[in-house]
Amino acid sequence: MHWSKTLNQKKQAVRVLASLAAGCMMAWGIYRGEAAVVLGKAVNVCLECIGLG
Amino acid sequence: MERRSTSAWNASDWGKLMRISQEIKRKIIQIAAFGYSNTYLQNFAGGQLYKGKWKQFCNPGMNCYSCPAARLSCPIGAMQAVSGAMNFNLSFYVTGFVLAVGVVFGRAVCGYICPFGLIQELLYKIPSPKRKLWKGFTYVKYVLLVFFVLLFPVMITNELGMGAPAYCEYICPVGTLEGGLPLLATHPELRKVIGALFSVKAVILVLTLIGCVVICRFFCKVMCPLGAIYGILNKVSIYHMEVDKEKCVSCGKCRGVCPMDVDPVNAPDSAECIRCGKCTVSCPKNVLSLKFRVELPKKSQ
Repeated sequence: MHWSKTLNQKKQAVRVLASLAAGCMMAWGIYRGEAAVVLGKAVNVCLECIGLG
Repeated sequence: MERRSTSAWNASDWGKLMRISQEIKRKIIQIAAFGYSNTYLQNFAGGQLYKGKWKQFCNPGMNCYSCPAARLSCPIGAMQAVSGAMNFNLSFYVTGFVLAVGVVFGRAVCGYICPFGLIQELLYKIPSPKRKLWKGFTYVKYVLLVFFVLLFPVMITNELGMGAPAYCEYICPVGTLEGGLPLLATHPELRKVIGALFSVKAVILVLTLIGCVVICRFFCKVMCPLGAIYGILNKVSIYHMEVDKEKCVSCGKCRGVCPMDVDPVNAPDSAECIRCGKCTVSCPKNVLSLKFRVELPKKSQ
């Protein structure tokens, strides 16, 4: 029971940390212009994706 | 006597109804997600891509951004596109997005939202001999994730320091099916440059499609790097499976219906579980349940 409780607490901590990390990573990525790179790649035919690359 | 048989029939019928109802709900969500991911069906006719601002956002599931109908970007393609670009080695934006989605839903994304997941389930309905997959093959997707998605686009670069999206280029059958075939069908100039690489990808596509007809969700189990990431996050995701082991009678029905060959009682947080819920409705003792994990601190008395 105690073991299970500790495991759940650890999982909860991982969830909180991962969520915070995810938020920070997205914000930092957008700030440094990654969304524009994604848009630039996605609106043009990706020759590699279709097997002509 | 008559009353007992009626009640037995009702219980069995109710169980069947629950299973059908759960499956219909899941299919409706899958179809809605597929439709939202591929809004621009009219683009198939001219073979052009949607070029609007929605494409800077990622789809939570696998859906090639070179598909003419695609509204959103493929997260695996976007991850490689950014890490292969001159100025970047890692996509914080896409990694953060996948991490956020994975922490909340885990592999429920595969079971409910992924457009290619729906395609695979439809392929599996084609009558054919059905087989189980050897479990060792499920580790292939982690190798593909580490080498083809994370390392090769950064390590193998040209003179300008730009790397190619290795997974898209050499492996991804989703891109060949959703992007390659429709674009080649509508662009004669692209057909002129078909070479050995396309032949390799076409073979991979055919093998994958045959695999999906014979083995349920073959691509998810063996080849999907996005499923690998969500699978790791399944261990901690907020949407999770709960097991009441004290009520379990070890009948094995849950294991028998699982399309991903998981034993949900012993491995409820398995990296392979796509949270489809088939096991929860098959359980005669209601041992299994899927829910969002909300743990609030208890007030001291």
